[in-house]
Amino acid sequence: MFAKVAQKYRYSLILLRQLVITDLKLRYQGSWLGYLWSLLRPLAFFVILYVIFGKFVKTLPGIDHAALYLLLGVVVWNYFAEVTNLSVASIVGRGDLIRKINFPKYVIVLAGSFSALINLGISFVIVFAFMAFTGVAPNIDALWIVPSLIVELFIFAIAIAFFLSAVYVRLRDIGYIWELFMQAAFYATPILYSLSFVTNLTVQQGMMLNPVAQIIQDLRVTLIEPKAPDIGTVFGNEWVRLIPIAFVLAVTVIAAWYFKKRSKHFAEDV
Amino acid sequence: MADRIALKVDRVSKNFQLPHEKNRSIKSAFVGLFKSKDRTIETQHALRDVSFEVKKGEFFGIVGRNGSGKSTLLKMLAGIYQPTKGHVMTEGKLVPFIELGVGFNPELTGRENVYLNGALLGFSKQEIDAQYDDIVRFAELEDFMDQKLKNYSSGMQVRLAFSVATTAKADILLIDEVLAVGDADFQRKCFDYFKEIKKGDTTVIFVSHDMGAVKEYCDRAILIDNSRLVASGNPDNIARDYTRLFNEPGNAGKQQNKRRWGDNAMIYESVTVSPTTIDDDTSEFVITAKVAVNEPIEKPVFGFSIVAPDSRELFGTNTHIAEYKTNSYKPGDTITVTWRVPNVFADGQHALNVTASHEDVLTVCDWWEDALRFRVNKIKKTPYPVNPQMRVDVK
Repeated sequence: MFAKVAQKYRYSLILLRQLVITDLKLRYQGSWLGYLWSLLRPLAFFVILYVIFGKFVKTLPGIDHAALYLLLGVVVWNYFAEVTNLSVASIVGRGDLIRKINFPKYVIVLAGSFSALINLGISFVIVFAFMAFTGVAPNIDALWIVPSLIVELFIFAIAIAFFLSAVYVRLRDIGYIWELFMQAAFYATPILYSLSFVTNLTVQQGMMLNPVAQIIQDLRVTLIEPKAPDIGTVFGNEWVRLIPIAFVLAVTVIAAWYFKKRSKHFAEDV
Repeated sequence: MADRIALKVDRVSKNFQLPHEKNRSIKSAFVGLFKSKDRTIETQHALRDVSFEVKKGEFFGIVGRNGSGKSTLLKMLAGIYQPTKGHVMTEGKLVPFIELGVGFNPELTGRENVYLNGALLGFSKQEIDAQYDDIVRFAELEDFMDQKLKNYSSGMQVRLAFSVATTAKADILLIDEVLAVGDADFQRKCFDYFKEIKKGDTTVIFVSHDMGAVKEYCDRAILIDNSRLVASGNPDNIARDYTRLFNEPGNAGKQQNKRRWGDNAMIYESVTVSPTTIDDDTSEFVITAKVAVNEPIEKPVFGFSIVAPDSRELFGTNTHIAEYKTNSYKPGDTITVTWRVPNVFADGQHALNVTASHEDVLTVCDWWEDALRFRVNKIKKTPYPVNPQMRVDVK
């Protein structure tokens, strides 16, 4: 059974691997510190957050380890933004390949999201390192909750990436639209400020229906601050958790269907 | 078993929708809504109702002029385009490349490009590892593999690409115009490779403008013209039909083709050479051209020139320079011009240009560049543009 599936996806796997390797080689070519930048960037960012939001600007009243709490939110958001923003032009960017060879197009989108995944992994290592350093100890449930939240994040980001990259082939405006949308969404997600600053409960609830906000708050509650608000406490009902998950699944199904349908015509349209 | 079908094309048509202004932004889509009368979407029929079958193990040629639809056909065979109507069925593993060096990246080294290109052909890292030395040896690039591809000459890139492609094990191989590149030595290698796969039971679909190669290697061929399949069968006949396409007076191909022009008072009907492949034993090379006369003409001048593999014009002459007196002709006459040329050629594929003009030499009736190509295989090689037989005597 496994061998059969592996055989079917053998070409995709070979291609995925090689495209990822090529991307990484090209990315750090001619840079002195090379791969180290992936580590230095989040590290430097954490220092900035620590100085500004940990010492001077108090946007998170009542939250211990504010800098760590912020970092976790920013890391998750950055992953989501990186995957979706980079994916928009990914199919068009590989037009030279698509016009000349027949291969599974989803490999392009997956390969393009890989560097963001590596960055996410590195960022999490830094988050865990600082947790250990500052003595924040999550309970044992984190072992299954954190991976499931990461899977949810991965699926949501990649589904949107599939959809955007396929739309972009025909309608280039989607690139600008998405950029604007992400800017608005950044401020409409409780990343840099506490949810309690939002005065209207309905707006709070609406904000938490966003799967990225739900993931960020759940991660914060699980790893750093058990008393932080999450989607369950905002609605006063744990079943509401199913709404963002259902939304992610719906987006995934629609995106997969649309990408599959359009991908046959990419060679003519790009 | 010999009659098993490897590939079947069943009533395939392909249309492209070509909006004159591509609607790729919302603004133009809105503007287009209000000006829908001005917006024209042209449907281009790239192929109409094409059907054929290729048997397992056949070496099958597809020929046609530029823009005839043969590349669209090949892309549909490769699964890159979907047919608008009809079906393409393939049996066995098809190598999904139609062009050499797909995915080559100038910023990567030769070695890295081998792995990338190999992955696109379906090879895992381990499989390339096992064949890596062979690939490099075949490409003759042992000393260059750790250099970036951007520092390669175009010939080196092609050698590397072809070398990777030859390792592909497939039931059906699609080859598009690979022979137009590379020096004479490398062309020879390519042909040796073709001979090798011809022995096996790989099915090869071969798209080319080189009628010599089509005649030499193909078992069968089809001719595509104006989006339709116009002839199929024996490669010799197809090659003849193909050459004839360029000779129809005033046809579309000729008008588009800036390499052939003139006032059509006379027109070349056919140009042939004998022998078609020249080797060391050939002493004389004969060009026979048939010219149809459309308007009364007095003392016309006929000429030719020969173009070396590096596109340099080697030599040529005409009846005026040769001080050959031609007669007067009337419409309907056919003139046969025969040139006998000593075998001075160096190795490689040469092209022949022919001209026919009025008495003043300058008013051209039919100027035809690249009227045909012929192959020269010399065992004794020199690095010079010509390679005549010479006798040496050392005392």
